[in-house]
Amino acid sequence: MKVYMSGKYKAVVMGGSWGGMNAAVEILKYLPADYPLPIVLVLHRLKGVISELPALIRKKTYVQIKEADEKEKMQPGTVYIAPADYHLLIEQDQTFSLDVSEAILFSRPSIDVTFESAAEVFGKKLIGIVLSGASKDGSQGLYTICRAGGQAIVQDPRQAEVTTMPQAAIETVKRAKVLTLDEIAAYLLAV
Amino acid sequence: MLDNVQVDDLFEELLKQYGYDFRDYSRASVLRRVSRFMTHTRLPDLHSLKLATLKDPQFFEYFLQEITVNVTEMFRDPSFFLALRQKVVPILSTYPYIKIWDAGCSTGEEIFSLAILLKEENLLKRTRIYATDINQKVLRQAKEGIFPMAHMVHYTKNYQKAGGKYSLSDYYHAHHGGAIFDSTLLENIIFYPHNLATDESFNEFHLIICRNVLIYFNKQLQERVFGLFLKSLAPLGYLGLGKKESVLFAAKPEFFESIDKEEKIYRRTY
Repeated sequence: MKVYMSGKYKAVVMGGSWGGMNAAVEILKYLPADYPLPIVLVLHRLKGVISELPALIRKKTYVQIKEADEKEKMQPGTVYIAPADYHLLIEQDQTFSLDVSEAILFSRPSIDVTFESAAEVFGKKLIGIVLSGASKDGSQGLYTICRAGGQAIVQDPRQAEVTTMPQAAIETVKRAKVLTLDEIAAYLLAV
Repeated sequence: MLDNVQVDDLFEELLKQYGYDFRDYSRASVLRRVSRFMTHTRLPDLHSLKLATLKDPQFFEYFLQEITVNVTEMFRDPSFFLALRQKVVPILSTYPYIKIWDAGCSTGEEIFSLAILLKEENLLKRTRIYATDINQKVLRQAKEGIFPMAHMVHYTKNYQKAGGKYSLSDYYHAHHGGAIFDSTLLENIIFYPHNLATDESFNEFHLIICRNVLIYFNKQLQERVFGLFLKSLAPLGYLGLGKKESVLFAAKPEFFESIDKEEKIYRRTY
């Protein structure tokens, strides 16, 4: 399947915690290997656990999956996962920066930190997605994306494993589209 | 959103007045910390931040503390310390006298971890460690060697995973919620302000440890620091970096041979 892009968007950022990984896979499995946007995925994880996350997600998807490396440049058709125990930021030249500063809302990586820095770089050409999760992380970042003119999307809480995160995002970002996972995938394929 | 031109101007002025150079720090990360600082101190814009820092050296000192990241822990990434113990220490122990540089030692958790490891390997007495940081306040804190008791459960787990031979509690006593570490661990440690962005090489070392510092620098500054490390490493000396760092942006990466790929331990090749 070939996806034709209008050029309206340049990147996608997604975040979640509890239930977030399964939700992300349910979306990513629909994207073809030549999906034209880079995708950044921030999931809260246990500290100090050796990460099998990229390998787990890779099994079920066509797009390339990898952990974001320091100073790596974002490429289309690739999903970059925030490494455990670092904040992941995006520079103006679309390379990644890592940061071990304080946890935000008990989380490192923090979804807010990645979303806010992505909003600075991509402005209205950014899609932000908040998935299932047991924290309020992501709301503030999604708000920033929306304010910068980007598209805010939240997983329908009725479908989420844990509703705290999507619920908080919907309350904070009134203009967010609330969609099921299938609808989010369809949206990503149509833009 | 902060204006990059104004940020450049602020950094130029701070460099002229105080000699601290933030121009080649990773922008996204340093901008985030600058805007956090402005929120906390209720400064409305970059111009007022510039005036306030230039006018008042103490305020600048405060700015410096908040802009640089000083989050650390004892035996952070225990597998790194285990690799150090298993792969580097046996070689170091063949030297009559060992010199180590801990660049960016922050509040001292890493220094105490290193000192404990060396003591358990019977090397501490013939080792001299130079512990440096850009930030003088954290150096004073590091010298005190008092860390929150509340962190000791986590640090004990790290210590055990790092191949600790005894019990972490052998090295500290509890006092008013603080764990006061044995000060004899610091006998051969020299604390010293040093700025990787502007200062030069000051000695020759068998091991340099610089973890989670380079991630805050752009490629140019990383290249400078690798040059500095190369000048400061004895032939066949070791370099230990943070888990997500590499010698990729060194001007001559071939001068660093990988000893442990996962733990980012390298050795100077010539």
